[in-house]
Amino acid sequence: MFFTYLLRELRRRMRQAIFIGLGLALGVGLVITVTAASKGVSDGQGSVLKSLYGVGTDITVTQSPTSGSGGGPHFNFQGKAGSGSSTNINRDVLTSGGLGTIKSSSVTTISDQKDVSAAVGALVLNDLKLSGTISTGSSSSGAPGGFAGGSSGSAGRGSLNTSSFSVTGVDPSSDSLGPLASGTITSGSSLTSADANKNVAVVDSDYAKSQNLKVGSAITVAGKSFTVVGIVQAGEGVTDADVYIPLARAQALASMPNEVNTVYVSATSSSDINAVSAEISKALPTSTVTTSSDLASEVTGSLSSASTLANNLGKWLAVAVLIAAFMLASILTMSAVSRRVREFGTLKAIGWTSGRIIRQIMGEALVIGVVGGVVGIGIGYGASAIVQAVAPPLSATTGAASGTSAAGPAAGGFAGHAAAAAHTVSVHLTAPVTLSAIGLAVVLAIAGGLIAGMFGGWRAVRLRPAAALSRLE
Amino acid sequence: MVRPGSHPAALSHLAAVSHHSPFGRKGFLMYKLTGVTRDYSKGRGTVHALQGVDLAIDDGEWLAIQGPTGHGKSTLLQILGGLDKPTSGSVELGGRDLTKLGERQLTKVRAASIGFIFQTFNLIPTLSAQENVETALVPLGVTADKRHERARRALEDVGLGERTRHLPSELSGGQQQRVAVARALVKEPSVLLGDEPTGNLDEGTRDEIMALLEEMWRERGLTLVIVTHDSSVARRAQKIGLMRNGRLEVRQVGDSRRPLAGSVDDYTTDGAKGYDVGGYDNDDGERPPARHARA
Repeated sequence: MFFTYLLRELRRRMRQAIFIGLGLALGVGLVITVTAASKGVSDGQGSVLKSLYGVGTDITVTQSPTSGSGGGPHFNFQGKAGSGSSTNINRDVLTSGGLGTIKSSSVTTISDQKDVSAAVGALVLNDLKLSGTISTGSSSSGAPGGFAGGSSGSAGRGSLNTSSFSVTGVDPSSDSLGPLASGTITSGSSLTSADANKNVAVVDSDYAKSQNLKVGSAITVAGKSFTVVGIVQAGEGVTDADVYIPLARAQALASMPNEVNTVYVSATSSSDINAVSAEISKALPTSTVTTSSDLASEVTGSLSSASTLANNLGKWLAVAVLIAAFMLASILTMSAVSRRVREFGTLKAIGWTSGRIIRQIMGEALVIGVVGGVVGIGIGYGASAIVQAVAPPLSATTGAASGTSAAGPAAGGFAGHAAAAAHTVSVHLTAPVTLSAIGLAVVLAIAGGLIAGMFGGWRAVRLRPAAALSRLE
Repeated sequence: MVRPGSHPAALSHLAAVSHHSPFGRKGFLMYKLTGVTRDYSKGRGTVHALQGVDLAIDDGEWLAIQGPTGHGKSTLLQILGGLDKPTSGSVELGGRDLTKLGERQLTKVRAASIGFIFQTFNLIPTLSAQENVETALVPLGVTADKRHERARRALEDVGLGERTRHLPSELSGGQQQRVAVARALVKEPSVLLGDEPTGNLDEGTRDEIMALLEEMWRERGLTLVIVTHDSSVARRAQKIGLMRNGRLEVRQVGDSRRPLAGSVDDYTTDGAKGYDVGGYDNDDGERPPARHARA
């Protein structure tokens, strides 16, 4: 009888039931869409952070450079005094850009901290090639601060051409942490412990394409020939470095023995990140410790705007629509109950308890809620797919997070090429509908049905059977 | 038709009522109302719908209540049916005071012992005739199979055995009221209360329904209380009560056949049909026989 009565009643009030159900469906669909977009934005941020700092990296440690230090390149060439003749220049040097250096022993210090799972050092460098001719009699020295900017230029008469690419020295013994960890080897192999002192390199896929490099090709780094052993595809839209070489070789070529400029740290547990950060700051007081959440807060660009949009406007819009849907469902259910007072009065007169009548009303509302929820899930899937299909690529820019902002022209470096000074990453927004979002939708739909039914039931319970029977329909 | 003695446990407190003979037990009081008043607030004033009603109804008796609109007829019926509670006084059904019962207990009494028929039939529009009848058995916990069977038999008893699957909208007014009668009687109640049960019917259909009710009353030994404006309906009863300004005066329409107090004109102030409560005579072949003759 319960189901017969319920289904017949819903059929009788089909139009109203559809209206209520659609209201709930829209609310639920919007919640799913916003949740999915939020998840997509969050995934995008995660992807940016992962790409920039490597899979599993919770914290990065860098060192602000001291004034006048930090790797302004020394080209060491000099024209012939008073000769008036030209001088051919062909230099290829590695510079650490604007990053200060950290002793390799500090990596061990960090590793030894409590709650630190692993720490690995890297040397983020720039390879600058300078070639050309100087035809003046004056000299030009490579004192720090010699050339700022990086494309091409001239000094006196003659011409100089410069080109550069980023090089990162990585610890080949670590493949789960560090700058290479976020990438995928698409050809060849990654660096291994056996490569520690070899002139081998892994090249970023975009750079390899632009330079027509393949596994087995030769590439010149700081005037030395390196063999390409692997091509790596970095995280989506991200080029962390163009070329990865063994750390020891990078240190030797950059004349920075036993030094690194970035340390990648992974905490034992994500809940320990703040504690680890504090421990490292204490152990290395002059260092800059950046956690992934610090970094996330410094991400700017349309991705950040999308995040704000999803988390603020989207969330509140979904909540508002949901509340409106719940209210609509409740009001319409109460109105439907009001139109059935004689019916419920009759049922009370023939012995139906208030509880039985409430169950009947709640059952009807619940069915509408569940159907609305199912339709809402469909709407949510559809809307999420549309968001995913039409959303333009979002950009994310990280700035001072790596501690390079203090560097730059003032430090005499090649700021235009300073690695990690600022990263702009393009991210395609996804809107994945998760099981938890569907679960949330089902809960919301049931809650909507129950709330509406509760109001309807409350309205019905307040009826005195005598009053209900005497009321005209 | 013999009333089975298998009343639900919920009616244990009315066991004495439930096990009376098919024709009621003479001298056994089904209802005893003492000093019943019912006041309503209306606007800033108070309406005294019932003012000290005393009433005794024997088991198996048929009482018709007449009176002008707004003088308390329906209020009295609702109090008899446990749908409303008096402001003061006591209402005993089968020796138990309904005014002392909580809503849950009253609901049980209504479910098991009291059948209702309404002027507007009050069928559930989305349920078939059979399902409407079954609704009366739902609160008694009757299993689905037994519900189907009993509802089908009840509809056959009222002459609608072929219309069990019809929706109310597919039935005539008379047929709908027959379904309502079946719904009221399917649970085999002790009391059947009718609030203008023929008020929405044409004369021919009215007579059919009244004949049906009389047959059921006669066969089942029901205690029947009907509120009506229609004198031809009231004429069939054993007793007629006249409600006027919240007060009830009951006259036995027995051998004395005396007209009730008040003239016909007194009861037509609401434009209702002429009130001919004193119109019984020896030639009225429709008047039910005396209780002892019902066997």
